[in-house]
Order: sequence, then structure tokens, then C-alpha cells
Amino acid sequence: MLKKRLIPVLLLQNGLLVRSELFKIHQVIGNPIHEVSRLNEWNVDELVYLDISLTDEYDLRREDHKIRNLTHPLDILAAVSKTCFMPLTWGGRIRSVEDMRLRFSRGADKVTINSEGVRTPQLITDGAKAFGVQAIVVSIDAVRHPDGTREVRIDGARTPTGLKPEEWARQAEDRGAGEILLQSIDRDGTGQGYDLDLIHAVASATTIPIIACSGVGRYEQYAEGIRAGASAVAAANIWHFKELADRGGKRALSKAGIDVRV
Amino acid sequence: MRLLVGLPLNRKIVMKSGTTVTIVDCGMGNLQSVANAFEAVGALACIARTPEELSAAERIVLPGVGAFGHGMTKLREGGWVRKLEDEVRGKGKPFLGICLGMQLLASVGTEHGQHEGLNWITGEVRRMVCVEPSLRLPHIGWNDVRFVHSDGLYEGLGESQVFYFVHSYALNPDDGSVVSGVCNYGTEFAASIQKDNLYATQFHPEKSHRAGLAVLKNFARLGG
Repeated sequence: MLKKRLIPVLLLQNGLLVRSELFKIHQVIGNPIHEVSRLNEWNVDELVYLDISLTDEYDLRREDHKIRNLTHPLDILAAVSKTCFMPLTWGGRIRSVEDMRLRFSRGADKVTINSEGVRTPQLITDGAKAFGVQAIVVSIDAVRHPDGTREVRIDGARTPTGLKPEEWARQAEDRGAGEILLQSIDRDGTGQGYDLDLIHAVASATTIPIIACSGVGRYEQYAEGIRAGASAVAAANIWHFKELADRGGKRALSKAGIDVRV
Repeated sequence: MRLLVGLPLNRKIVMKSGTTVTIVDCGMGNLQSVANAFEAVGALACIARTPEELSAAERIVLPGVGAFGHGMTKLREGGWVRKLEDEVRGKGKPFLGICLGMQLLASVGTEHGQHEGLNWITGEVRRMVCVEPSLRLPHIGWNDVRFVHSDGLYEGLGESQVFYFVHSYALNPDDGSVVSGVCNYGTEFAASIQKDNLYATQFHPEKSHRAGLAVLKNFARLGG
């Protein structure tokens, strides 16, 4: 039987690993290449790297990591993929099929596109034609307004789009997306748990796998995401601040009766 | 147990044992991860960018992602088909097809129209049928593979292991006896095949952690 996946999301900003809160606050927490070795040893199901840098400056800053100073995200990707015997999804600042090709050729198995997919939906179709639908993950960042309605935002949550997440997800599927990575801007970094209504709405509107993300503060919350309709549950911060986060997460899922790979 | 991570590759030792695999690069995606995985299990991975480079190969690997028709076009345009016929079918070199590299062995593919395949395994590549609404396509993730053959790729791996899949189409061979591993996603499908010197997996051994590395290690030992 197909297992439900548990996925760490690693956020890169200007070459450094960061934790994020509400898409606004970013704190440096480490080195992107060391982290992947640790996750590899933990035998995690899959990895998602999101390059959330706004500028072209990359700097690992510290010399004491005892690794080559990699200054460009594509070099980081190439280094990461060397020790990564699990599926690797790479996202951030992908604006063309050529951008995708550059990432696949450095070891990404899938790419995820967000803002540019909204601006130029044809990019989803072109990417799927060139690399297969399984390689194109459309990332959706949704915000919940005070009146309870939801909206897709792009450009790191700065630009409103007027799109409803479930409608955009369905369109993305029609255009060739193979998976949806679904994030909630107002749950990001809060530890309050997933936005379950959002997951349910998007999962009901689509037939492709949904990777739920944003808000996990306790392992027990993973199972809620699966029950709301997600095929995979992802999180970022919890992986960095808890010991043995993979085993703890898997154990909680398993205890909730969900079939996972142990 | 720990995964072999970043194992330093001692090329001298590797060369002495003669364990080399040659990976076909015809522009169908991520070869580096396949090469990295073979090197992690102590094989020397070469990448062949022209068909001529297959002459010296001991073992040939055809990885691939993407659509069937596109893959066959790449093989034909690059002049690979004839050379693969000679080296794999003619000389009987061990061959491993991965994902699309498995599907291309079929007679016919039906992704975006009908396309002729290599026709090494009589059968058709069809879109998987998901009867239950909870089963989504692509079939992405970790799934159990029950081994029908316990030799070849699966030596020492017990009765079943969990591997990483990502696909919407699957190969349906006419002759069921070539199926070496079975997976269930709503219905059973061929997770891998084995016929003489031909081996192929629908899953990605290079992305399947320890179990996948063990499969690659077994392949690297074949014909040695």
C-alpha cells in the first residue's frame, strides 16, 4: 500500500538555512548542506528545499562549517543532491523552462513553482511537457482574511491575486501540475497546526496529491493533515528544533493508524 | 543501521574489482543521482553521451523521466536504439532500465498518443487505473514491492521492501513470467521485470535509500 509521506521543508535565504514565521520573520538556523546529511541519515521520505531569497546575494558567511563555501543556490543544490538518496524537490525563483532544466540537471527530481505559475500559467504546461507532470509541483501560499475567505498570495505573500486556493489548485492540475504544495501564510511558524479547512477544500477540488505544510508544532498534528485529505504532510521548523523529528513524527502518524514507511 | 552517506570513492579499488556501470545520457533528465547512488555502493559510474561509448560498457543503465514518446524520440534521434540492440540484446550485457527506462522496453506506449517502444518486452504501457477516489495519480511515494524473483536485483532483500515510485503509467507485459516484483496501487502492476540479461524497475532505486542502494549494488555485481 502507498505510504503517507512525511517531508521536511528546508528554507534557504541567501545561502543559509532559515526558520520562518508568517512569511515575514526569518532567522538563520544553519548550514544547508550539513542539514541534508543529517536528514539522509534519518532516512526521511523526501526533501523539499525552497530558496526564498529576494536578492542575488548568497553567503554562507561562516568559515567554521569546514565545507566548501557555496555562494549560489544551484551549487548548493548540486552539493545536496550528491548525498541525497531520496527524492528532492527544489523551489524558488523559477521563472522559465530553462530555470527548471538547470535545477533538474543539478540533481532535483521535482521543481516547485509558485509566483511565476500564477503570472504565466503556461509555464506549468510547458514544464510538464518537457519533464513530465510528476516533476512539476505547484506551490500555493494561501492567506485567510478576517472574514474567513481565503486568497492565494504570491511573491512571498506580498502580492494578492484574487484567486481562491481551491480554484487555482484545480486550474494548476488542469495545466499539468503533478502535486500541490499547500502552505498557509497565517499558520506559518505558529505551531498551531495545519489549516485543515484549507487542506480539505484544495484536496476536494483536485485529484493530484496534496502536500500539506505550515503550522505544525506537535507531531500529533500531522495525522490531522492526512485526515483532512493530504497525501503527504510537511513541516519546516519542527525538524530543526526537536530531536529525532523523523522518528517522532512517524511514530505519531503510525499511532493514529496511518500507514507510513518506518 | 545507518545509510552510507558520502562514502569516499576509492577509485583504485573500484577499478580493480571491475565494477563499472555505464549510464545512458540521451537528455532524459536526472542522471547524476543515478551515478551518485552507484558510486555510493562502490561501483564506478560512467556517463555515455554518445552511443559509441556503450561499446566499452560492462553494464548499461537507462534511467529516464518524462513522457514515453519524448523518450523514444530522444533515443532515436541520438542513434541509441541500434547501439542498445547490439550491446544489450546482441552481446547480452546486463541492462537496467529505471522508470521511463523500464517503460521504453515495451512494444507500445500510450502516453499522449500511440508510440512504438524498443519492443524488448512484448506489452503495452498504459495509464494506471484508479478505481477508488482516494487513490490519486501520479502514483507518488513509497510503496511495498513484493518480490516474485528473489535472485538478481533482489538478492538478500527478503520477500518485500519499500521503494519510491513516481509515475502515472505502467508496463503491462503480455508474458507475466517476466514480472520480478509486484506493487499494488488499487490494482497490482509490474514494479520490476527480469528477463535474461534485462532488468528494469518502475520505482527509483537511486531515490529509495538503503533498499534502493542494495538493488543497485546487486545490479553492479551482475555479469562480473
